[in-house]
Amino acid sequence: MLFKRFFKGGAVVPHEKNTENCETIQMGVPAKAIIPLLQHIGAPCEPCVAKGDYVKVGQVIGDSDKFVSAPIHSSVSGTVAEVAPMLYPGGVFVNSVVINTDGNQEICESVKPPNMSNSKEFLKAIRQSGLVGLGGAGFPAHVKLAVPPDKKIDTLVINAAECEPYITSDYREIIENSWNVISGINTVMELMGIENVLIGIEDNKPDAIKEMTQVAATSDKINVVKLKSRYPQGAEKMLIYATTGRKVPPGKLPLDVGVIVMNVNSVSFIAEYAKTGMPLIKKRVTIDGACVNKPCNVDVLIGTSLKEVFDFCGGFKEEPQKVLMGGPMMGIAQFSLDTSVVKHTNALLAFEKNEANLPSQSTCIRCARCVRACPMNLMPLNLNKSALKENIEDLKKYHVSDCIECGSCSYVCPAKIHLVQSIRLGKAIVGQAAGKGGK
Amino acid sequence: MENKFVVSSSPHIRDNASSRRIMIDVVIALLPAAAAGVYFFGPRALAVILATVFSCVVSEYITRRVMKRESTINDFSAVVTGLLLALNLPPTIPIWIAAIGGAIAIVIVKQMFGGLGQNFMNPALAARVILLVSYTEHMTNWVNPRGIDAISTATPLEIAKSGALDAVSSATSAYTEANIPSYAQLFIGQVGGSIGEISALALLLGAAYLLVRKVIGFQIPLTYIGTTALFVWIFGGTSPFTGDFIYHVLAGGLILGAFYMATDYATCPVTNKGRIIMGLGCGILTGIIRLYTNYPEGVSFAIILMNIAVPLIDRYIVPKSFGGEKKVA
Repeated sequence: MLFKRFFKGGAVVPHEKNTENCETIQMGVPAKAIIPLLQHIGAPCEPCVAKGDYVKVGQVIGDSDKFVSAPIHSSVSGTVAEVAPMLYPGGVFVNSVVINTDGNQEICESVKPPNMSNSKEFLKAIRQSGLVGLGGAGFPAHVKLAVPPDKKIDTLVINAAECEPYITSDYREIIENSWNVISGINTVMELMGIENVLIGIEDNKPDAIKEMTQVAATSDKINVVKLKSRYPQGAEKMLIYATTGRKVPPGKLPLDVGVIVMNVNSVSFIAEYAKTGMPLIKKRVTIDGACVNKPCNVDVLIGTSLKEVFDFCGGFKEEPQKVLMGGPMMGIAQFSLDTSVVKHTNALLAFEKNEANLPSQSTCIRCARCVRACPMNLMPLNLNKSALKENIEDLKKYHVSDCIECGSCSYVCPAKIHLVQSIRLGKAIVGQAAGKGGK
Repeated sequence: MENKFVVSSSPHIRDNASSRRIMIDVVIALLPAAAAGVYFFGPRALAVILATVFSCVVSEYITRRVMKRESTINDFSAVVTGLLLALNLPPTIPIWIAAIGGAIAIVIVKQMFGGLGQNFMNPALAARVILLVSYTEHMTNWVNPRGIDAISTATPLEIAKSGALDAVSSATSAYTEANIPSYAQLFIGQVGGSIGEISALALLLGAAYLLVRKVIGFQIPLTYIGTTALFVWIFGGTSPFTGDFIYHVLAGGLILGAFYMATDYATCPVTNKGRIIMGLGCGILTGIIRLYTNYPEGVSFAIILMNIAVPLIDRYIVPKSFGGEKKVA
């Protein structure tokens, strides 16, 4: 099924899917696992283990009584060395459980297939699994799936667009585990009472489209939608529009238009979890970038340090100048290789000097390329100006809060202005003013 | 921490577009029109072009130097301004006036308002208008292009203004007798006028290049030319709906203005809606000036007047965010 529907704007970014044919390799157990107690959007978890405790694979080591949160499980068996703040991929320090592994990978007794016979049990099981959005945002899945009684969800959209350059983690899931994907979709459909499923895949991945169309033929409720390859096609609002024709209004959620969006890896995980009961303790990560000796896809235990992952991929050809967690458009630049892989890590990229340094900024020539590129119909040049002047009124007037920070504007700017960076600043300024009770 | 990585806010990649490349594209697009001007008016036209370009670049260099700011002559924007100014001048213009024009454009209109992207009026057009009111005689001294051996040395629009257009039938023989250029002559550029405005063919060639390279959009040129044509068609004839709009589109600086001047980034709105308003405004003003004022040509004034309205347009035309167009069902 091919939809001609397509969001306005965006950018043509290089694909760089160098690892698309790299079958996922299992990586072994690290000597030490550093597992942050915050691997999701929401409240951080409180540790349930202490120094000296012996933990097993799949054991809950952190949990929270807040609704928007997800429990953290141990990915290894071993002894807790300490519970202390450690550097987190986001550049801040987060309370983490450090485990000296014993390599036995002894599985915790609590790991057993969950009971999922009705939607209530399903949501409980999803929460227990520790699942967060695996597309990169890391929003707790049980929160997303908890639909208020007054909302009716009729469509499940599966995000396999993977519009970020380099990353092939979603693609490999389809190629390697398409039956798991379908099985996970069926579980969600059945337990959520959803009638219609659309799997969105960009047209630069014909093999994935072919594979998915083949396995989806088993159900007339599941359809594959071929999407135009244009960044940010995988952004939630753009994807919903391309697949269903519905537009999520500013400040609203997909469920306000009757849609739930899940990443292809997330549904596949649900299928796996239903079978084994093993919570989210590992993640497929695409390792790439000019400095990496052997670009590949690796199944990494959560808590493994970036350094060990890169070493596993043959180390570096030359010392990288910039290391990213995530893709080059929205990924987070890392301070150190000591940070660890977390639940929503989908790629690790090591860039050499030329790629690392951004060109210097010059004056805005008002060419309006940013306005044309913005998929949200914003005016990035005005937001940039307003943010730098700290003009809160104008920031609001130009809808600063609607920016999805996809980076298309910065990417196309001929003056190389750091538009998204100032828009982030603008959001912070507006947020701060609101917190102070200002206008 | 043993590693010292570059840490920056995403995105971490940029495309290879640059302001300089955009300016070079505009220069490339203007070359056919400049070549046509030199072909029809001879080396004199080339001298004018070189004078304005040189004057603009030197003015830019000196002004930035005096203001103790980084030199910007490498971005090619001064070359664009110089070229555009020359194309808007008559080929007979004394070189020193052309040079003054370049200095006015860069120093007063562009750099004094903050330089590239900050000026509120198109520098080349503002300079042309200042020259027009300061040296009216020199600025309206037209010569015939190569291959035309007529007594009259008026521009096609001056001919139209004189009423000659209304007096004759559209038969070609009658046109020739009254010294009115044919559509073909207007299209090729075999008419009197400014160096760069005469050849519609050359201008359209360059415009196509700019459109393909996505340096400009079609919104402003299309609405501008369309509105002027419609206006002239309705009001420009002896009775309503008989105006010779093809003549008015091809004659004068409309094509040059619509594709190259009204689309100037710094002085046109950034949204598509705003750009359509800009085109409509320019079109109506050009029609009014051409038909109802003492000036035969209205493109420069129309664009400059709309330039002034651009901040206002950009202030009020703020698009709704994606999904905000309609109320939630």
